[in-house]
Amino acid sequence: MSTHPSAQYQIRTSPHGLNLQLSGDWQFQSGIPNTDALLQQILNTHPETLSFDCQQLANWDSGLMTFLVKLVNSCNENNISTQLETLPTGIQKLLQLAFAVPERKGSRRAVLGQPVLAKIGNVTIEMHRNWSDLLAFVGELFFGFLNFLRGRARFRYSDLFFQIEAAGPSALLIITLISVLIGMILAFVGAVQLRMFGAEIFIANLVGLGMAREMGAMMTAIIMAGRTGAAYAAQLGTMQVNEEIDALKTMGISPIEFLVFPRLLALCLTMPLLCIYADFMGIIGGAIVSATMLDISFFQYFQQIQGFVPLKHFGIGIFKAGVFGVLVATAGCFRGLQCGRSASSVGFAATSAVVTSIVLIIVADAVITVLCQLIGI
Amino acid sequence: MTMTSHLDIRNLTMAYSDVIIQKNLNFTVSHGEVFVIMGGSGCGKSTLLRHLVGLMEPSSGDVFVDGVNLWRVPLEERNQIVSRNGVLYQGGALWSSMTLGENIALPLNEYSNLNQKQVQEVISYKLSLVGLAGFEDYYPSEISGGMRKRAGLARAMALDPDILFFDEPSAGLDPVSSRLLDELILELRDSLGATVVIVSHELASIFTVADNSIFLDPDEKTIIAAGPPKELLKTSVDPRVKQFLTRTI
Ligand SMILES: Nc1ncnc2c1ncn2[C@@H]1O[C@H](COP(=O)(O)OP(=O)(O)O)[C@@H](O)[C@H]1O
Ligand SMILES: [Mg+2]
Repeated sequence: MSTHPSAQYQIRTSPHGLNLQLSGDWQFQSGIPNTDALLQQILNTHPETLSFDCQQLANWDSGLMTFLVKLVNSCNENNISTQLETLPTGIQKLLQLAFAVPERKGSRRAVLGQPVLAKIGNVTIEMHRNWSDLLAFVGELFFGFLNFLRGRARFRYSDLFFQIEAAGPSALLIITLISVLIGMILAFVGAVQLRMFGAEIFIANLVGLGMAREMGAMMTAIIMAGRTGAAYAAQLGTMQVNEEIDALKTMGISPIEFLVFPRLLALCLTMPLLCIYADFMGIIGGAIVSATMLDISFFQYFQQIQGFVPLKHFGIGIFKAGVFGVLVATAGCFRGLQCGRSASSVGFAATSAVVTSIVLIIVADAVITVLCQLIGI
Repeated sequence: MTMTSHLDIRNLTMAYSDVIIQKNLNFTVSHGEVFVIMGGSGCGKSTLLRHLVGLMEPSSGDVFVDGVNLWRVPLEERNQIVSRNGVLYQGGALWSSMTLGENIALPLNEYSNLNQKQVQEVISYKLSLVGLAGFEDYYPSEISGGMRKRAGLARAMALDPDILFFDEPSAGLDPVSSRLLDELILELRDSLGATVVIVSHELASIFTVADNSIFLDPDEKTIIAAGPPKELLKTSVDPRVKQFLTRTI
């Protein structure tokens, strides 16, 4: 540790103005005196010139520099000329560097609070823009699809196979787990009620219908939204941050065709298959509960399902799964391409991809249910 | 000040898993010296820097910082040592969720006991040193690559470290900014007594600032020349070094 006294200043009148004597250690660790009073005193006296005496100055660091920068700035503003040449050369040079590039006009930002009404307005405009962006994206997708039908879409089939593998087989484990549990929960909740009427066997109808028409597709879609939709948003978002998307565009390759299409197709193909699998797993989950809680044998249970759950219900579920697949892929890719230029916006893109997917899934499910009602299936 | 050199590298071998990048590196960096690491791209300069700042453990050999063997001391002591480093990463490595001001404020708030007003003053001073006065409230994604680099430099200097590591600081800078950067490096050395270790390709800058240097070769995987660059230019007979320093092919 140094043996110098701590930072001190003294102000004296000199022939042409004021002389500021700095002495001791001017370092952050050893403490910098409060210089506001000094600054005020100098400005009030308003000397013609300000000179410095640094004979007694020992060690110094950015603590002294920040003070001097502040001092010189206020002197310049108040037309007090500072005799920088009376400072040690090292300090002079650092000051020169600090003032070498003047503050660019208008670079500083006014941080203003926003009134509540303006905030509400901004959020509304933002939401509106979001949805019209989404519509534009869907439009581009449509044209991409037309190109694809004409065999002119530019993407790599290896990408498609990779995406199918990532979306399909790799998801089987989690789908198995969730579907079996959902089947068991459905059966369990139903069992308690049905037992009161001695109608235990209808548990098969309940689970079969529930899984086939609704829960199979829905749970698969929710899992895929969290698993694959978020991944799409993060992948495309990172590519956006690294300017990889720009690189594609400047080569005249549409990111929609090259990146979005394989992903969309992959989900659209795998989701119905995953849904069939989930239906089956859910029904098995129901069978386990029926066998253990209600003494319904596997044979009875499956016969009941075969007899009373027509195939059309499975068809509707599988159709839904295909639609959900398109929605999840669209939401994920859309949020990814919309992503900003920083790492934190990638996280935001992934989050909003999942939220958007789930909202779209539920809305689509409601719409399809009403439509089925209308046409009577 | 101690008589030991600031950095002492002995028999350092660097590898990514089994792939050796450079081996048998021996050199010292004295206090208050500007030391340049040269070599073609991909020869392991950034990797060497990662070893010097304690991010990567040597495959074999030792790194001494002020006489302390960086990888033979407990983690806490190592953290203590490396927190005194100022490091500018090749891509700037600014934290993207924080403004430039917050980026510089973080080390100040963590390792110094300045009050918020002083922190703000240091931020604006450091930003003005790198020509970014007034950009406190910008996010890294809102400024250009060269500006990001300079902001990274301001963050590296936040705590007035006594040793600074710069990975290609002038890459992406315009000639004027690059010139100001050289000036800044010399001032860090002369006024603040800092040691500066730089990875650089910028010949003009190398000849202006460097007190000493080493030259890494990707084929021999070791140092093929060492010394002040101006002297290397005159005395080196190795064609690879000559090519690099005279920009011929
Ligand atoms: N994370 C990594 N894993 C494996 N090899 C790497 C990794 N990072 C860099 N390398 C290899 O190490 C070598 C040196 O890289 P680097 O130190 O970045 O070079 P430069 O001299 O251009 O800074 C390169 O050949 C690169 O392929
Ligand atoms: Mg590098």
